[in-house]
Order: sequence, then C-alpha cells, then structure tokens
Amino acid sequence: MNYEILTWLIPLPPLAAFFLIVFFTNKSNKLSHSLAIIAAGLSWAVSMLVFIWAIGPHGVHERIISSSINWLPTADNFLKIGIQVDALSTISLFFVSWTVLMIFVYSVGYHNFGYPKGDHDLPGLPPHGSTKVNAVGKAISTLSVEPMYSRFFALISLFAFAKFVLVVSNNLLTLYIGWEIMGLCSYLLIGFWYAKPSAKAAGIKAFLTTRIGDVFMLLGLASLYTITGSLQYDVIFSPQVLNQLVNSISPVFGLTWASLIGLLIIIGVIGKSAQFPLHVWLPDAMEGPTPVSAMIHAAIMVSAGIYLAARFFPIISAGWEGGIALTPVMLVMAIIGSLTALFAATIAITQTEIKRVLAYSTISQLGYMIAAIGIGAYTAAVFHLVMHAFFKALLFLGAGSVIHGMEHGIHHSGEHIDPQDMFNMGGLRKKMPRTFITFLAGGLALSGFPLITAGFWSKDEILAGAFNGGYIVVFAVLALSALLTAFYTMRQLTLIFFGKPRSEAAKHAQETPWTMTLPLGILAIFAIAAGWAGIPEGFPVIGGKIPNWFGNFLGIMVPSGEHAAEHHSLVPLITSLVVSLGGLTLGYIAYRAFKKDQKDPMEWSLGGFYKVLVNMYYIDEFYDWAFIRPSKWIAEKVVYLWMDLRIIDGFLHAIANFSVWIGNLLRKKFDTPIINSGGDALAASTRKAGSEMRVMQSGRVQDYMILAIAFLLVGGLFIVFILL
Amino acid sequence: MQNSILWFILLIPSLSAIFLLMLPESNKKVIRNFAFITSLIPFILTLFVWFGYNQELGGYQYQTNVPWFEAINSSFHFGVDGISLPMVLLTTLLTPLAILASYGIEEKIKAYMALFLFLETGVLGVFISLDLLVFFLFWEIGLIPMYFLINQWGGAKRDYASLKFILFTMGGSLGLLLSIQLIGVTVNSFDLIKIGEIWPQLNQSTLQSAIPLHLSLESVKAIAFWAFVVAFAVKVPIWPFHTWLPDAHTEAPTAGSMILAGVLLKLGAYGFIRLVLPLFPVEAQQFSGILAGLATAAIIFGALSAFAQKDLKKLVAYSSINHMGFVILGIAAIASSYQAGNAAISESATIALNGSILQMFNHGLSAAGLFFLVGVIYDRTHTRQLEDLGGLWAILPVYGSIFIFTSMASLGLPGLNGFVSEFLVVRGAWHIFPLATALSMIGLFATGVYVLKAIGLLLQGPRNNRWLQLKEINKREVWVIAPLMVLMLVIGIWPAWILEMINNAVKLFF
Repeated sequence: MNYEILTWLIPLPPLAAFFLIVFFTNKSNKLSHSLAIIAAGLSWAVSMLVFIWAIGPHGVHERIISSSINWLPTADNFLKIGIQVDALSTISLFFVSWTVLMIFVYSVGYHNFGYPKGDHDLPGLPPHGSTKVNAVGKAISTLSVEPMYSRFFALISLFAFAKFVLVVSNNLLTLYIGWEIMGLCSYLLIGFWYAKPSAKAAGIKAFLTTRIGDVFMLLGLASLYTITGSLQYDVIFSPQVLNQLVNSISPVFGLTWASLIGLLIIIGVIGKSAQFPLHVWLPDAMEGPTPVSAMIHAAIMVSAGIYLAARFFPIISAGWEGGIALTPVMLVMAIIGSLTALFAATIAITQTEIKRVLAYSTISQLGYMIAAIGIGAYTAAVFHLVMHAFFKALLFLGAGSVIHGMEHGIHHSGEHIDPQDMFNMGGLRKKMPRTFITFLAGGLALSGFPLITAGFWSKDEILAGAFNGGYIVVFAVLALSALLTAFYTMRQLTLIFFGKPRSEAAKHAQETPWTMTLPLGILAIFAIAAGWAGIPEGFPVIGGKIPNWFGNFLGIMVPSGEHAAEHHSLVPLITSLVVSLGGLTLGYIAYRAFKKDQKDPMEWSLGGFYKVLVNMYYIDEFYDWAFIRPSKWIAEKVVYLWMDLRIIDGFLHAIANFSVWIGNLLRKKFDTPIINSGGDALAASTRKAGSEMRVMQSGRVQDYMILAIAFLLVGGLFIVFILL
Repeated sequence: MQNSILWFILLIPSLSAIFLLMLPESNKKVIRNFAFITSLIPFILTLFVWFGYNQELGGYQYQTNVPWFEAINSSFHFGVDGISLPMVLLTTLLTPLAILASYGIEEKIKAYMALFLFLETGVLGVFISLDLLVFFLFWEIGLIPMYFLINQWGGAKRDYASLKFILFTMGGSLGLLLSIQLIGVTVNSFDLIKIGEIWPQLNQSTLQSAIPLHLSLESVKAIAFWAFVVAFAVKVPIWPFHTWLPDAHTEAPTAGSMILAGVLLKLGAYGFIRLVLPLFPVEAQQFSGILAGLATAAIIFGALSAFAQKDLKKLVAYSSINHMGFVILGIAAIASSYQAGNAAISESATIALNGSILQMFNHGLSAAGLFFLVGVIYDRTHTRQLEDLGGLWAILPVYGSIFIFTSMASLGLPGLNGFVSEFLVVRGAWHIFPLATALSMIGLFATGVYVLKAIGLLLQGPRNNRWLQLKEINKREVWVIAPLMVLMLVIGIWPAWILEMINNAVKLFF
C-alpha cells in the first residue's frame, strides 16, 4: 500500500463532511451526523492502517514517510508543504483518531438525537426541553434536540480536519494553518450557544487569548524561515541548522537564535495549552457543549500545544548536554509548567462546577507535560500527553453524561437547580452505573492510582525524570500537585457518585443512551490499559517483563538520547504511591458524609485563602483592570477621539477654516473695496462724465459750429505755438 | 507588438456608460441589466489577457502605443505585467459585482450606473498606462465619478465626506502633476519605460540645459519624490493622511465603498510600486525607515481605531487602514533593500513585496465583501449602529455564516487569503525591519479584537426580536458575495496561481 498517499488522505474526509453538511444536508440531522461520523470513521480507519504500518517491522523505525509539494513561490525558491509520518505523529495519530471518533459518536446522544424539537428552543441557546403527551394522555416534559444540531457536526468535522492537518504536517506552516483553524473552531464551538452572553464572551476570550500566543509564534516562524529558508522539519531540525542556530546571536537580550525562536514558539504553546499566564480562557471554555470541552481540553486543542513543544524539542534543547544546566527555553518551560501544575491544582480543589474542576485539572496536567519537556523528559511528556488525552476525554464525556442524567432528573422533578453543580448531586452510582464505572476509571487514572491505571505510569515517569535528573524543586512541586490532584479527583468522585442524593433531580437521574456510554467504555479501556505499553525497564518487580514499547518506539525521536538517568532510586516511586493513595483517601474522608446545604470542608480548612482560590486568584479581574480596560480606553479616547478626530482632523479643519478666513479677508479687504468698488467707481465716473458732457450735445447746429471753431482755434494755436 | 485588447478593456465601460445615458430613464430593469452585462465584458477580456500572458517572458505585454500629444512626447502607451494584471483583474471583477450590488438603487439610476462605468475606465487607465501624463490623466478621471457617487447617493454626512475626499486627494495630486511635468521636461518624454531607463541614471552635467528653472538635479529629484509620495500616501492612505477614508467610506453608497476600498486605495500603493520605487530608489531607500514606521502606525492605530467604533461601516473602514499598513510595510522593506548586495536580504525583500501586492488583491476582496455585507444589513435595518443590532445570527443564519467567513478572511485566518499575504509581508519585513514588524504584531492581534467585536455585536447575543422580520440574504446578494468568497478560499488554499504571476514580475522589476 502507498502510505504516503494514505497519509495525504487522512485529513480530507472531515473536511468533505464539513462542506457537505454546510451546503447540502444542514436541514437533516440524521444525514449530517451520519456524514460526520462516517468521515471521522474513514479518517480513523486510514490512521489505523498507517499506525499499524508505522509500528511494524518495516515502519517508521526503518523509514519516515515524507512527501512535499511546492506551495508558495518565493523569489527563486518555493515554500514547500507536505506530510510526514514519524514516531511522534504516529503516536498522535493514534490517540487523535480514537478520541475524535468517540467524541463524534457521543455527540449524537449528547445533543438529544431522536427527541422532539423543543417548545421554546431558539437557535443559539441550549435546548430547554419539550412536552410530549404519553400514552395515557398526560403531558410529560422531556429533553429536546439541539436546534443547531447539523451545525455542530459541521464544526466538529472542521475541527477534526484541522487537527489531522496539524498532526500529519511535515512543516511548520501547515501546522500553523491547522493550529489557527482549530482556534477558529474553538471560538465557534465554545460560543456555540452564542445567544448566551457568557458563552459569547468565553468564545471571544479563548480566541483572543490564544491569538496573543499565536502572533509571537508567527514571528518565530518568520525568524526560522528567514534563517533557514525553510519550514520543513527535516531541514529546520537537521544538525547543521541546529548548530547554526545555537551559534548565532539574535538581536534580543543576547539570546542565541535557537533560544529566541524557541521562546517565541513556546509563547504560542503557552497560549494554546493554557499555561500561566495565558490559561484564563480554558476554564471559561466550559461554556461550550460538553463534547466540545472534551475535544478542546483533551484530544485536540490543548494537546496541539504539547505536540508542538515536543516537535520543537530539538530546537528547545539545542545546546543542552544533559544535567542541571538547562537551556533558557527549557528553564522557562520547567518553571512555567511546574508553577502552572501546582497553581491550577490549588484552584481545582475549591470549584463546585463539575466541568470547571476538570478544566483546572487539565491546565494542571498540561503543566506537567510542559515541565517534563522543560527538564528534558521527552518520552515521559509525550507518554503523559497520550494517556491524558484518553482519560481526560473520558472524564469530560463522563461529566457530560452525568449532566445529561441530571437534566433528565430536573425535567422530572421540575426543580430550578444547576445540573452542573456537584453539590446538587450525590449517590449517582446507583442511577448511572455505566457512567460511574467509566468515570471512576478516568478519575483513578487522573489521580495516578498505582499499577492498574494509565495515569500512574505516565506521571510516575515524569516524577522519576525530575528526580533522577536532579531537578528537585520541580520534583517537589509536581509531587505536591499530584497530591492535590488525587484529592480533588476523589472529592469530585465522592460528591457525584457516593453518599446520598442531595436533590430531587439526583434521585431521578437516568443513565444515558448507548451512543454516550459506548464511547465511555472504550475510552475507559484505554485509560486503564494504555499505560502498560510504557512500563519502564527499571521498575521494581514487573519492569522489563512487559517490554517498554512506548519508550522504545518514541526513543528514535531523540537520537542523541535523552540524557535522563535510568531508574536508580525508589524515592519517586514511593512518592507517587504516597501522594496518589494519600490524596484519594483524604478526599474520600473529607466528603464521604457531605450533606445538602453543608459548607464545603475546604471553606473552613483553608480560611481566608479559600476565597482567593474560589475566585481563581483574581487573575481575570486583574487582567481586566490592567490590560483590557486600559486598551479599550486607549483605543477609544486616545487613538480615535484624540489623535484622529482632535489632532489630525482638527489640523485639517484648521487649514480649511484658515482658507475660508483668507477668502473672506480677500473679499472684504480687497475684492469689495478695491476691485468691486474700483470697478463701480470707474463706471460711475464715466457715467458722470457722460452726463456732464451731455449739455454739449444740444442738437443745435449753431452750438456745434461754435464748438468746431473753438477747437480749430485752440488746435491751431497749439500747433503753431507749441509744436512748431 | 500592437494589441488592442487593453483598449477594449479600458473603453468598453465608458462607451457603455455613454450608451446608457441615451436609454430612457423609466426602464430601470433594462438600465441595470445593461450596465451589469456590459461591465462583464472587460472582466472576460481580462481573463483572456490573464491566461494569454506569457509568464516565461515576463515584462510588459499586450502593449499598445498611440500618440497623444506629439509635441511633448506623450502617448497612450498601455501594457500590463504581473504587478498590474492582478489589479486589473480585481477592478474588472469588482465593478460588475458593485453594479450587481446596486440593484436596489432607485433614484437617478442612469447617472449612477454611468458614473460607475466611467470610474472603471479611470481606474483601469491608471493600472495599465505606461505614460506618466496619461497616468495622471486617468488618476484624476477616477476621482470625479467617486465624488459624485458619494455626494449624490451617500449617507447623512455626504457633503462633508465628499468634499473632504476630493480636496484631500486633489491636494495630494497637485504636486503629482508638477513633478510629472518636471520629469517630463527633464527627460523629454513621458514614456514610463524610457523614463525608467534614463531617469535614475541621470547626472547633473549632461542635463543642466533640460532642467527648468536652473534647479539642481538633486532638488528636482527631491521635489518629485516628495510630490509622488504625498500624492500616493493620501490615496493609500498612509497614516496620518488617512482621515478622509473613514468619512468617505462610511458615507459612500454600498457599492461606492466596495470600489473605494477594493480598488481606489490600491491606486496609491500601485503608484508607490510602479513609480516611486523604480524612479527614486535612492530617496526611497533613504526614507524607507520612516515609511516602515508610518506603516506600523497605520497597522496599530488603524486596528485600535477600528476597535473604538460603534458604527459597523466605520469599523470596516478603519480596518482598511490597518490592512493597507501591511502593504506599505512590504513596500518599505523592498525600498530599504535597494542594492543591498546580500542575496538573503534581496530574497526577503522580494518576498515582502510579493506579500504586499497579494495583500492589495486580498484586501480588495475582503474589504469589498465586508462593505457589501454591511450594506446588506443597512438596507434591511437602516442602521449601522452596533448597539442597535445584535443577535442576528439566529434570524439570518446564512448571512451570519457568510459574514463570519468574510471577516475571518479579513482577520487573516490561515486557510483563507489574508493569511498568505500577511505571512509573506511579515516574513520579508521581519528580516529588514525587525522592530517595526514586531510592533505590527500588536496590530495583528488587535485585528482579531475588532473583528470579533463586530461579530459579537452584530450576530451573537440573545435573539433580537426587534429584527425578527428581517429577510435572509437573497439570491442576487449571494451572487455578489459568492465569487469573492470562492477567491478568498482558493487563494488561501492554493495561492501559487496568482503569486507566481506576481513573483515573476517582482523578480524582473527589482
């Protein structure tokens, strides 16, 4: 089989689905979702073919697929674009195609396919439900189908297209194109219910916050392209180019070009992967429908940032020879990543909205990956990226299922409560057993429950990398975050599923349809089992018994080796056991007997700090005060009203007024008195002379005779005496 | 080689306008259809020129030369190359669309359509003329119809806006005439090709006799350079000569704004590329830093001012200033690299200018599209105030999606046309003016802010029941915007077809 052509084809089915839905099937919900799912299925199937080839004996270890075409003529050259399959894209292709397909299937159930149209539903608002008359003639209230059902599937298809483009690209330009189209889709999907002011604001916030990173990234691209004349991975990551970048000094702060470009790109990553200080968009992104949250937070959008960072590892780490002396870019990443991991985890322990907890947990886990790349633990970072994609997609979809079940209950009970508030839930494990089991699997994986979950293996590897590499501060911060992670995960699990129902709705919650629970089940299998593909050789007892397939496979991406020491200490292992189990136990103890209307135990245990955490360190407020308002003020008052209208137009009007004034002056002082009056005077005096001369024109012959004689006399005398 | 196809492209609009004036005013349908169909002919002919243009050969093709003022050696010398051809295509494409967009005009329709067609002749004349005096002739011809279009069919403040427009532009072009005369007298020809060969190499001694008023050659060049720069800077417009633009665009009728933003602004930038750079390379290089600074100012301040607007049409008008800033940034980059002697710098400069020219074309598409869409809303609601609108997406789903598509092209979303040209400009200029380029990123970011503001206030938000009765965009209107959208997408995905044309010309030209 020709795997090059197959790889070119991977992104296309979702794009085709997007156009077909937009132009042809937008009236039919059934056709639209069928198209979208078939397209996602095709991409999945082709991805799997490529994946199976890639991991096989003649796969990417033997040769990397790469093919390019000319795209932009630039002076005497061409900028090429193309596709590539190497170990990193293989791994990404695997988890992206799986999660995408699961999310597509799940969306059918989530958007209430099969339910009637809502009584008062409007496009741009979530469905409110409809009433239907049952067999006995009694009106009962039920769910209603999403009014913009087809549009949703069109947009997620476009989103999937963009992500596939990003993964199979062999150059930064098409990666950037995919990256930005995802930005657009996330804007449109977060703001999917655009009539809700909060959703609209969240969409704008997401787009603009990530765009801050993107403009820096664009400069990074421009620099790289200027220096190397190419944006292809095989050129820009070649040893000669790296050598050139490390040894040339950029004009900024005396950094090498490698560092400057690395930093510019990493700012883009920080925006996309929601790291401090550009993390603010992600919690608000929860305004979107839940499948969107899953896509954005787990599988697609945020993982793009980590993917890029991993791609860029050769430049980020250029000049690093292992050990404590990190390159400036790595140092920045290590600091930002571990800070964000801890900081987001502290916020997560106080949130009460089910999806917000997961959002902050995502920020925190992404921090792990950034920090891991920062300390050079490349394989561990990518491993965690994949594991996280599975269990976080699972958790988000599970949360959507829980919310869905609660909405069912609300329709039944008629209460006016928030279906997303965990304090209104409780005891759902009996009502929603499938959701419970799968959510539990995801939660345990997130908290790194030892041995059986995927999250344990990946997190353990990061901690081991930090400890063994000697980055003790990073290690300590990440370990503390892991403790908090386990704690808030158990807090969430306990609040939702254990104890007694804390509302009528929770009592009447209902399990969701198979289109939702089937994807949960499949993702749960990955959340548990996928980690076994990466058990390190050095692990006590079972290490080496199962081959560390993941490490071996991805190892070729860093040909020089990772400089990371082998497992030679039990400290990180014991730490991860303690923090994970300890956090889980604490969480269960604190919340197992939580009652309705009770105060959150966090509130009394944290004291004044609780308020800071609930308000997310007041960062949104600070940004508003420090950046948003001043820029609005500058744009409106300074640039427009003052500069344009007052200064420039004022100057013009002054010139105009001056010309008018000059004109008036000329008229009053010159035209009127001199020209006008002069002319008038000439006319008047002529007339006067005429009227005075009139007396001579008497008409009598005698008078003329006298005059003629007089002239002759005077003339004769004049000639005789004066001229002669 | 004499080839009269350019004559046809140039004159058919005017002939059709004259014929139109003889038709009876009463039959509006015939007038509209006649104007529309005849305006399609130049477009089709342009396609022939486009596909017949020999890219291997490059240079000016389809040349035609008919003497005009033999006494002063001025002639109707026309020709197109890879720089002017995209502009001609843009003009002949946008004019029929603008006419199609004007089917709603009811009053004095004959005069209206005729003015549009005369305008097309004026603009095309500028793009294809290879004679300075003829260039100036058409430059001025293009001005008058637009004045009347704004003044007669414009909005509430049309008197102020049209006066400001015509005085500003005429003020700018006074110097242009003077310096064209200076050059013409000095070289004893107005032929652009000849001047291009002689003028930059002139030296004092051989020419003293020809120079009027006993000026030194340096002062002639300096006077001419600044006169050119001011004339073109007003037209582009370069910050701070831009304040006529928001008023004129806002008050002009919809189709007028389409042509104004889509085509007329390009005249200025085209003048820079066609005249200032080749004729005054040394002076241009000397002042390229200032030009880059002004371009950055336009990019940033244009975006911020756009963000400050409450009137949707004014917001779009200010976005033109922001986008044309990138054109100027690219021009500044190539001006600065004159005789750089460094292959890498020259390559960057070529890339930047490629980007500039493509950006001109792209801006023509997206600005015309956005102005049209604003017009569609204004026709239905009779307001352009963003605070009165809002929540329209639920009522007009098709219109809303079209608006988002077009504004994303304007925002520079990768995959659509704006990105390609902005990327090229940034790539080229970053090498030459790193600081200006870095600062212009603020403007690029702010572009996102005002575009999302417009979408947010126009389309999103709770459904606005005041506008419940609004009619969805109709078929004719879709036909106006669809060609633009197709081009935006095609250039975004496969820019090579147009960029190759531009690139070949730029390589040859510099």
